[in-house]
Amino acid sequence: MTAFWAILGRELRLSFRHGTDTLAAVLFFVLAGALFPLAIGPSPAVLGEIAPGIVWVCALLAAVLPLDRLFGADFEDGSLDLLLLSGLSPAGLALAKAAAHWLTTGLPLLLAAGPLAIMLRIPSPALPPLLLGLVAGTLDLSLLGTMAAAVVVGARRGGLLLPLLVLPLATPVLIFGALAADAAATGASARPHLLLLAAVLAAALPVCPIAAGLALRGAGE
Amino acid sequence: MILQGEGLAAFRAERLVLRDVSFAVDRGGCLLLLGPNGAGKSTLLRLIAGLKRADAGALLWDGSDVAQDPVAHTGRVAYLGHLDAIKPALTAAENLRLAARLSGADPAEALAALDLAPLAELPARMLSAGQRRRLALARLILSRAPLWLLDEPTVGLDAASIARLGILLAAHRAAGGVVVAATHLALPLPGAAELTLSGRQGALPLDPVSLRESGSGAEPSP
Repeated sequence: MTAFWAILGRELRLSFRHGTDTLAAVLFFVLAGALFPLAIGPSPAVLGEIAPGIVWVCALLAAVLPLDRLFGADFEDGSLDLLLLSGLSPAGLALAKAAAHWLTTGLPLLLAAGPLAIMLRIPSPALPPLLLGLVAGTLDLSLLGTMAAAVVVGARRGGLLLPLLVLPLATPVLIFGALAADAAATGASARPHLLLLAAVLAAALPVCPIAAGLALRGAGE
Repeated sequence: MILQGEGLAAFRAERLVLRDVSFAVDRGGCLLLLGPNGAGKSTLLRLIAGLKRADAGALLWDGSDVAQDPVAHTGRVAYLGHLDAIKPALTAAENLRLAARLSGADPAEALAALDLAPLAELPARMLSAGQRRRLALARLILSRAPLWLLDEPTVGLDAASIARLGILLAAHRAAGGVVVAATHLALPLPGAAELTLSGRQGALPLDPVSLRESGSGAEPSP
């Protein structure tokens, strides 16, 4: 357990030192979202209807941005070997990395999602289920992304492969997340969709770190 | 014998680099891995570290197979690879923080042992190649692990630093630690056993692919 917190602390320290990574993901998220009114037109009715979908797709894309460096930087300078020798199991290491990804990318995206959704004129009843869904959704994305990043570590051009691996896996998260906000906007209950999101999280929480750990073992060879 | 290898074999990139490698080291002992580039010295070190699995044979620690509990084995290993694993954005002291938290040792002591104390608060990107190597060595001695695996530890070190490394190695061995080092240069390791790897261990390679390629043991690997 000490090793888990020690590695998480190291990841956060590195991330604060390279603050640009977090900032780049959040700015990408806000900028990509701000492009939609320019392309579709600023009509509040149209924008408000598609706002949850825009926020979800932009969050998905922004969360993938920093995944390339999640293991890539440590692989290139030899740190990954030392992390694998830290006494933590490879699955535990992957979980620490996923937690670090959520704290440095998922959480800032979550904080930026509210202002972006309001800027896109989301109907006010849809905002709480959107943010609630994003809490589970960003956690899902961190876990799925960590798994994909572990699979491509050491592969040439792994950064290009990453979105191709993550985005198809993330489709259930996207569907349930957007449906939750849409349901609330039309007066229906968002609860079933949010529960399905939580179910995806409950499945990803054990499966993704274990799969990532196996992939990291292979990368060490 | 605390560390034993029995008939170890390993492939790297579909090439058989180690075949039928056996060795035994006692507490306080030292094993020097010698051989030309591409002979499999680094592969054997990674194998002993548990970063790579042996394709045949067994590695024993204190009589028990390390493959039974690979995570426990990582706790016994301090590994210095050919890369320094230094983060340029962190200061020298911060680079040691993770290792210090894992072992509970004092990073200031380790920095002083390698004469890095005056550079502790400097970002690692400002350190020279030799200073980075010393910082990696400082992390090694922080780990308090009984088994030190060194891959070309003296690369970039000046004479004074090599002498310091000699003192640290002697102290580690006097405390019952084991050192396995791969090197081309003379290391200050008196009484070390030597294991020469040729890249053509044993008789015949196992399959036609490695048969074709294993004749080139002296070539650098891809």
